[in-house]
Amino acid sequence: MNTQNPASTDTGPDENPQVLTTRDGIPLKVSLARALRREKLRALALIAPLLLFVLITFAAPIADMLFRSVENGIVSETLPKTVEVLATWDPESGEIPDQAAFTALYEDLKVAVEEKTHTRLGSRLNYEASGMSSLFRKTGRRIGRMEPAEATVERFIDIDKDWGTVETWAVLKRYSPTITPGYFLNAADMQLTAEGVEMKPENERIYLYLFWRTLFLSLTITFSCLLLGYPVAFLLAALPARSANLLMILVLLPFWTSLLVRTSAWKVLLQQQGVINDFLVWTGLVSDAGRLVMINNQTGTIIAMTHILLPFMILPLYSVMKTISPSYVRAAKSLGATDWTAFWRGYFPQTVPGIGAGAILVFILAIGYYITPELVGGTDGIFISNRIAYHISTSLNWGLAAALGVILLLAVMLLFYVYDKIVGIDNVKLG
Amino acid sequence: MKFKTLLLAGAASAMMTSGAMAIDLTIVSWGGAYSNSQNEAYHKPYMAANPDVNIINDESSAEAVAKLRAMNEAGNVTWDLVDVVASDAIRLCDEGLAQEINFDEALAPAPDGTPASEDFGDLIVSDCFIPQIVYSTTFGYRTDVEAWNGREPDDICDVFDLENFPGKRSLEKRPINNMEWALLCDGVAKDDVYDVLETEEGVQRALAKLDTIKDQTIWWSAGAETPQLLADGEVVIGSTYNGRLFSLIEEQDQPVKMLWDAQVFDLDGWIVPAGLSDERKAAVMDYLKFATDTQRLADQAKYISYGPARKSSAPLVGKHAELGIDMAPHMPTDPKNATNTFLYNYEWWADYRDDLDAKFQAWLAG
Repeated sequence: MNTQNPASTDTGPDENPQVLTTRDGIPLKVSLARALRREKLRALALIAPLLLFVLITFAAPIADMLFRSVENGIVSETLPKTVEVLATWDPESGEIPDQAAFTALYEDLKVAVEEKTHTRLGSRLNYEASGMSSLFRKTGRRIGRMEPAEATVERFIDIDKDWGTVETWAVLKRYSPTITPGYFLNAADMQLTAEGVEMKPENERIYLYLFWRTLFLSLTITFSCLLLGYPVAFLLAALPARSANLLMILVLLPFWTSLLVRTSAWKVLLQQQGVINDFLVWTGLVSDAGRLVMINNQTGTIIAMTHILLPFMILPLYSVMKTISPSYVRAAKSLGATDWTAFWRGYFPQTVPGIGAGAILVFILAIGYYITPELVGGTDGIFISNRIAYHISTSLNWGLAAALGVILLLAVMLLFYVYDKIVGIDNVKLG
Repeated sequence: MKFKTLLLAGAASAMMTSGAMAIDLTIVSWGGAYSNSQNEAYHKPYMAANPDVNIINDESSAEAVAKLRAMNEAGNVTWDLVDVVASDAIRLCDEGLAQEINFDEALAPAPDGTPASEDFGDLIVSDCFIPQIVYSTTFGYRTDVEAWNGREPDDICDVFDLENFPGKRSLEKRPINNMEWALLCDGVAKDDVYDVLETEEGVQRALAKLDTIKDQTIWWSAGAETPQLLADGEVVIGSTYNGRLFSLIEEQDQPVKMLWDAQVFDLDGWIVPAGLSDERKAAVMDYLKFATDTQRLADQAKYISYGPARKSSAPLVGKHAELGIDMAPHMPTDPKNATNTFLYNYEWWADYRDDLDAKFQAWLAG
């Protein structure tokens, strides 16, 4: 710092005595600000490598993946001439486009077949209308042997009668813009039709329901983690060091065990021919025919995930409880509080930051969980992330997966915001 | 001093040339008993004949389609040969992620000179796909279920018969195969199944049939689940791949039998990723010619009960390498097992998969 003791500041007669300056005549405020800025820049320079690393390897790929949820250049890139001709065609007319469109389609497909991009376009459009995939594959096979003069309306309809329906062309036209809301609509159980946006038929709606269930199950899991974790953390903080360490190892041991091993262990325990049911039958509490169904449903997901996420609740709670001086509770009691009042009014409020940290940690981990629900969730215990994984790795509909991911991300951020408003993020303490 | 430098340089260049000669082939497959059968039947003999080739096994076939697409976008394909099921191969070919193969040029003819394309025959379902094995999805059932009073299922529709065959079932968590079986047992003729399934009523009909056993069904997503569930007694009857059931019955000696009725045939085989350098492509094509010849395909059946895809391999199928039992009766293609089979329609599912999957998942969740 190049500021000086105010006492030695040189104050001339014609200068405002209120403005303190450094020895070289710069006002102290300005000099201070400069110094701070330099400090900040230095700090920024120091973290720059990390910041760049995070941007390039984390933020950029995520942004790129999320952008797929609206990106739809494939139609206009594969069929540029057709898209141009279709711009003047009105699906409302109820008539298929005229010869110009078929000629353009022929020319576009001729190029596409050579570059083998027509099948890719077919699978893209098949997400919106079943049958597009084979339509393009079939047409592509024939187009190679076709002369330009043969590219008539009749010839195309002869290849596949779908070219003679308005709907096929309407789908092409509807999805020709390079940016599409199609994936987001799909992700919200809606679809784009000739009449505009509408809900999908009842028997195809699934995502809104799954979002709701993911939210509900994650909250349930967070709550049961808190219920089970709070007493354990309390015990850990209250016990003398030697026994607390032993207990700590018991908490951490499953934490270090492979996730898959723990999930499979729950299968062995919970299944109908499993350890718990066998024990219940042996004691006569349930009959052999009435064995409890505790896995491959929501119960299974809740039990297994609560167990897996429990350490994430216990550890922040413990680290907060450890800092609470026992003298507060003693003081409360000496002033006449009952055990309950001393706990509830004296101890509990001080653990709220730990609860906040644990709850956020568990909830955010739970809402994106994938492998445990897949293995023990059956049909009614799976999460939205299972569908995202399905669309990434099996159906290859990455646009839809990205749209579902964006919605999930926004939902978490919204909840985070609400949490901040209600509890206050400053009240969160990890230790 | 000079002599020493020369010696060092010589040694270094010798090491470099030997380094350039050794070729690494990354071959992707399913892992487990299946990879093991390929290792014994293909990789080991090939490496013995070509000491400069080193085969690296990667067990990523389950995510192969997504990973190949990602590699292709990144412009860095690190796989040389990938084992996938036929429907995935068709999609990879559609997406331009797999190379088209000239079958007669690239593959060895049968011992009697029949060209490869004829030897594989109908099983060539895509220009990019070299079939390796025929497997089937079929049912296994426990033989010790008391409630069945000695009855044993012999018909696919017994799966839907909760009265005579009570107990939990396991079915795959996807519409493929289940929808077809449901319609067959709802009185639809085999040839009409896909025509019916194309209509909304047909889908509702299939789901309504599945509804009758929905709350008695555990839905699996990995092929190993049904054998485990059967072994634990969690289910009494369940669908999975026939090779898994073979190992459950013959290798692990569980009280389980096969219900071959209405087994659905499917194919598994190789694709060569698009975008390989000429050098790598040449190496992988050489391996491919060896690994898909008549004898090699027959050899694989010594280790796993999947039928070889070449017609000329069938007579060469021998005994299991460890158990010493005849493998032919355990093949899905054996005439005794194949009295009533169902053919999976690739083209149809490529078109309707997304649509039906949405309906099926909505039905499952509801």
